[in-house]
Amino acid sequence: MRPLALTAFTATSCLGRGAEPTLAALAAGRTGLAPCTFETVTLATCVGEVPGVDAIALPAGLEEFECRNNRLALLGLRQDGFDEAVRAAAARLGPRRIGIWLGTSTSGILETELAYRARDPVSGALPAGFRYRGAHNTFSVAAFVRRALGLEGPAAVISSACSSSAKVFASAQRALAAGLVDAAVVGGVDSLCLTTLYGFHSLQLVAREPCRPFDAGRDGLSIGEAAAFALLERPGGDLATDAVLLLGTGESSDAWHMSAPHPEGRGAAAAMRAALRAARLSPAEVDYLNLHGTGTPSNDAAEAHAVAAVLGTAVPASSTKGATGHTLGAAGGLEAVICALALSHGLMPGGVNTQRLDPALPVSYLRESRRAPLRRLMSNSFGFGGSNCSLIFGRAG
Amino acid sequence: MSAVLSAWIEGVGLLGPGLPDWPTAARILSGAAPYESRPTVIAPLACLPSAERRRTGKVVRLALTVGLEALERAGAAAAELPAVFASSGGDGENCHEICQVLAGPERQISPTRFHNSVHNAASGYWGIATGSTAAANALCAHDASFAAGLLEALVQLRVAETAVMLIAYDADYPEPMRSARPIPDAFGVALLLTPAAGPRSLAQLSAQLVAAGTQGMSDPQLEALRAGVPAARSLPLLRHLARGESGRAVIDYLENQRLELTVTPCH
Repeated sequence: MRPLALTAFTATSCLGRGAEPTLAALAAGRTGLAPCTFETVTLATCVGEVPGVDAIALPAGLEEFECRNNRLALLGLRQDGFDEAVRAAAARLGPRRIGIWLGTSTSGILETELAYRARDPVSGALPAGFRYRGAHNTFSVAAFVRRALGLEGPAAVISSACSSSAKVFASAQRALAAGLVDAAVVGGVDSLCLTTLYGFHSLQLVAREPCRPFDAGRDGLSIGEAAAFALLERPGGDLATDAVLLLGTGESSDAWHMSAPHPEGRGAAAAMRAALRAARLSPAEVDYLNLHGTGTPSNDAAEAHAVAAVLGTAVPASSTKGATGHTLGAAGGLEAVICALALSHGLMPGGVNTQRLDPALPVSYLRESRRAPLRRLMSNSFGFGGSNCSLIFGRAG
Repeated sequence: MSAVLSAWIEGVGLLGPGLPDWPTAARILSGAAPYESRPTVIAPLACLPSAERRRTGKVVRLALTVGLEALERAGAAAAELPAVFASSGGDGENCHEICQVLAGPERQISPTRFHNSVHNAASGYWGIATGSTAAANALCAHDASFAAGLLEALVQLRVAETAVMLIAYDADYPEPMRSARPIPDAFGVALLLTPAAGPRSLAQLSAQLVAAGTQGMSDPQLEALRAGVPAARSLPLLRHLARGESGRAVIDYLENQRLELTVTPCH
């Protein structure tokens, strides 16, 4: 594929609002995970909650979209001048020529969960203020971002669980290649809700302490929330040497099980190989791998097998989910932005919380953040339903 | 200037109220038979292992049924066929059950309900049923979901020069969600799209974005179906296919965007 430039990017998670606090936390090896006090949740687990989300007011005229997920989206859009960069691109290219592909797994379902607690005791009806289209529907966040940024191009939400906002890069890249659009806003937004907290708990996949990816004693994931965005454009001739490029995307399906990965990471390996092919790179040219690394025993084992088979065992790799939590439908986007920050600042983020590496996992797991000149990075995202996506990013010079 | 995307339609699968399969639907849409709306009947799936079969709700069965019909009519295999799944609401019954449990004192969700709650559940079961390890996408664009799925499929086909399966499906919610999102019944459509004409090709399809001009259905019951179910926004396109006529259909997409489809039959 022809590389695309990330002409703007930003991430907001429990590590902070925007690039600067995110990078500082990653460099210092700080986690944003803390014991869960979200809503009325009584589970003994840690979460990566973004403070202050519910204080964000949506712009006048967009009240239809009120929900935690869209408040988080707006908070994210306003960091690092991202919204201004998109408006400038719209002025340059035309609002109909900029597409939106965003990932989310649960959209504004928290509003629906709360509405179900407030049903009419006689009729069972939801409260009158319940808004299906603006809050509940999976498309809500893309519809909201399209309106908030004044864009009029094609738009879709990709919702394939935890690969959602990695796959948006692939869909947007194809739309640019086919000439459907001239730029694309991509990213992911997922917010805390009861469905995922109690759902992962039902599968016994939630850790009690902050998650410890690739640790011998890892016992599950920690759920987080995030809003991460990038603006993709065809690169012009005047790229700065520290500009970040999307070099390759690879997607596959496990065709194996709804909630468990193929034990040897068959689909994961296929996605990584496809990304290398698209980027025309050999495995040895990848300087760092941001693992999916959720911290569940089976996910990390399957991924380690796939990584060893495709990239070998020497490439430095880490999961940043010990710092951010697993932000589910936003994870691919968040980790893409972490890769972009890593490339532009020459920082390989270490995986925090992990104490004793699992000797059964043949991966060069990086526990301390390390400064190094980086050229090309890979990021993995895998989801329920056996949906896999790998992305490769690189520096322009 | 918007790009023109094109493909050949190799096979169609269809299931909806009073529309039990594509040949029956084609007779109705061509005007050769009258339309009578009857509740959509979705049969059990033989293609899944029994454990998975027990876990699937009607929405997954709907999606897989139309996908398998399109494959069969095209005489194609799913093996390395990329698939695009487009749905506005996914599995509404499953979502309702989860929200109901979360509103109660125990909050003990069934693990199966939770893994079925992902928007790509149909895509996951499709992989298990067909063994296809090719990339699959699961997307949503509310009422624009069919057009968004078709665009994604046409773009994939253009860029990778590969056949793509598009499966668009939606089903009715139970109350109390039904009042907030009154989808009348289940409707699914699958199109097997190929980059070149084959012996079984039905028609060539070209698509481009335009600003306005949606066409409805002349039959009031079919128009109610088109307007009521996001996946049934495909009906104006399917009418052209059924009639075997060249022509143009403009279908609903987003605010300020419509998708203009030009259909050129092969026979």
